[in-house]
Amino acid sequence: MALSHLASSSPSRSANLLKPLSSAISLRRPISTDTTPITVETSVPFTAHQCEAPSRTVQTNAKELATFFRDMVVMRRMEIAADSLYKAKLIRGFCHLYDGQEAVAVGMEAALTKKDCIITSYRDHCTFVARGGTLLEVFAELMGRQAGCSKGKGGSMHFYKKDSNFYGGHGIVGAQVPLGCGLAFAQKYCKDEAVTFALYGDGAANQGQLFEALNISALWDLPAILVCENNHYGMGTAEWRAAKSPAYYKRGDYAPGLKVDGMDALAVKQACAFAKEHALKNGPIILEMDTYRYHGHSMSDPGSTYRTRDEITGVRQERDPIERIRKLILSHDLSTDKELKDIEKEVRKEVDDAIAQAKENPVPEPSELFSDVYAKGLGVESFGADRKEVRATLA
Amino acid sequence: MATGFHGVGAAVAALSSSPSNSFDSKKLLCSPRRSFPVRKGASFVVDRSDGSVNLDNNPKARRAQQLIVNAVANKADSSPASSSSKPGHELLLFEALREGLEEEMDRDPRVCVMGEDVGHYGGSYKVTRGLAEKFGDLRVLDTPIAENSFTGMGIGAAMTGLRPVVEGMNMGFLLLAFNQISNNCGMLHYTSGGQFTIPIVIRGPGGVGRQLGAEHSQRLESYFQSIPGIQMVACSTPYNAKGLMKAAIRSENPVILFEHVLLYNLKERLPDEDYICNLEEAEMVRPGEHVTILTYSRMRYHVMQAAKTLVNKGYDPEVIDIRSLKPFDLHTIGNSVKKTHRVLIVEECMRTGGIGASLTAAITENFHDYLDAPIMCLSSQDVPTPYAGTLEEWTVVQPAQIVTAVEQLCK
Repeated sequence: MALSHLASSSPSRSANLLKPLSSAISLRRPISTDTTPITVETSVPFTAHQCEAPSRTVQTNAKELATFFRDMVVMRRMEIAADSLYKAKLIRGFCHLYDGQEAVAVGMEAALTKKDCIITSYRDHCTFVARGGTLLEVFAELMGRQAGCSKGKGGSMHFYKKDSNFYGGHGIVGAQVPLGCGLAFAQKYCKDEAVTFALYGDGAANQGQLFEALNISALWDLPAILVCENNHYGMGTAEWRAAKSPAYYKRGDYAPGLKVDGMDALAVKQACAFAKEHALKNGPIILEMDTYRYHGHSMSDPGSTYRTRDEITGVRQERDPIERIRKLILSHDLSTDKELKDIEKEVRKEVDDAIAQAKENPVPEPSELFSDVYAKGLGVESFGADRKEVRATLA
Repeated sequence: MATGFHGVGAAVAALSSSPSNSFDSKKLLCSPRRSFPVRKGASFVVDRSDGSVNLDNNPKARRAQQLIVNAVANKADSSPASSSSKPGHELLLFEALREGLEEEMDRDPRVCVMGEDVGHYGGSYKVTRGLAEKFGDLRVLDTPIAENSFTGMGIGAAMTGLRPVVEGMNMGFLLLAFNQISNNCGMLHYTSGGQFTIPIVIRGPGGVGRQLGAEHSQRLESYFQSIPGIQMVACSTPYNAKGLMKAAIRSENPVILFEHVLLYNLKERLPDEDYICNLEEAEMVRPGEHVTILTYSRMRYHVMQAAKTLVNKGYDPEVIDIRSLKPFDLHTIGNSVKKTHRVLIVEECMRTGGIGASLTAAITENFHDYLDAPIMCLSSQDVPTPYAGTLEEWTVVQPAQIVTAVEQLCK
């Protein structure tokens, strides 16, 4: 039976995937609990700048692969559902979708703990979910309802989850990178032995504040990892038109860098684990994730005026992160095609349920307009010096 | 639970939320005990500059206990009574800021300072002198000249619970960090649905100095005032500088503390015991009957100088240092307006879109019925501050103009 899976392989590009170095073609245990180590090679080797690249060989197991698969399917389904909701005018304003880039979110999460901090830009739905956010929180926030992660007051670009150290969710391009270096500073200050991953795009890579923050992080030896999610287009401008040097992993100059295939979740995991170890000892490092977004920059961008449809379908066929994991799972005989399809159906239902629930959720109360402007609802009240007791009403 | 006795003059009213405020002036004069809960271990006193609570009764009694003598003659004497209690110690304003900062850093290990030249150099205005030697390089951090990023880093650190004090060498340089201050500092508490507080303090000198040129004479309070979620305070005396610095650091909200380049060398006697100034409160500098003059920062001194002349001419101005630029202490201001019915605002911001403009609107909206005359607002001219000394003098409000304005207002 294993052979039939091998026979159904697609073009030679994925030949690497189908040659497990040590496969366990044995009695198949349920995939979700199997932790027998499996060794896989990443799709391409890492390219390094000012450091030793980690090995191409990645350790994983069936359980992890199953988690990757399921999580990425959830993310993909969620983003596509958000697309429909936006077109149905249930989501308004800006909506930046992450489909195609899921491997970065899941691979990173696999290499980290919840003590490590992640901060990203406005393309944050999937990173939020990877950090433990629920689908209901996502859809409710997108639709501006009370159950949203920011109580409906943030919107698509302002997802946060403090208890799992997910710091958002930022609308201004590049502004999250100094914040991220501040998080790393706090980690060093409090001797947390944890790191911060500050994500940004190839468009934001040209922001000055990035280099300012990198400079300070390098001077102060902060455990900051700057991750450039290079999807090759900064809004509507291709990277070669925006950056004189599109080798983003090299642009840290004195800071080491690593270029990673961002469509390969295992490569992402390997690189993030390597970066975490590096940053804790040696200060900041840059990771460039070579990835791709299928949608346009946002929902108001068709995504086809600055790139060809052939390019998009080409990437989808050859480099899709979910397909890669699916093929890995099937080639290692960890599951059947039917089981995987069942998972997809299940996820679809889960997403639909969450949407239905979110639609039922009420909009915020009018009083919410004025809450959380200040801590403790200041505004018209004067607090005493201990900041605890209301002293007077000012207005 | 020891509470420091803060002397007769400062009105130490227990401004509790109980509706029936039995205002006993006698009680106020002799019993210093406060009835509000004091945090364990810390004995501190709040300086309530204005004892007025419910002014519907006993205006005379209120006046009797406000023994702020000779407020016209002296400059920064908001607490004249402090010298009558403990000896205290004399400090210059920048030293007072430093003392407040140092005390807070001692008290809370999460407080750290970031800025250009704050560490080894000791601060370009000496506010942080000696702190790097005492607390080390990880708590007093010298940054490169990169306001946008180090302000952002301070805000990021604040999101995790640290309490950074970010110094702009001149407030004008913080324009480079405007995005971080507006979007991340001011708005994150709201857009995260209350998940994060940003207990950061952003401070630095601003205002028109002595021929520093246009770019180094800016008044950032007018640019920042619209940002939701931040608090802004302006200090003007060593006493309130130290008090406001400490309160700002302890606040869970982001606070911008505006200092003034020309006020750093003011000297005053400060009490030895721990104290804090209320962030949202205005300071009664000189009570009066005829006109309410609202001012802050350096203009307070121009106003007091004008007040000398006015008193000689027979006027009785009430001078209030508003201190809290965002939110306005409409309680104190309103009570004053209800008493005098005439308002003059003297500020250093420019005419257009300054603090005075907002204050005029706020007073008109809330206290229109109590005004006998339109509010007058004296501000700086809408020009870049020129270098030439004479021109610079004409850009800002001078005491003579204040006198003329009061005379006009009280006609």
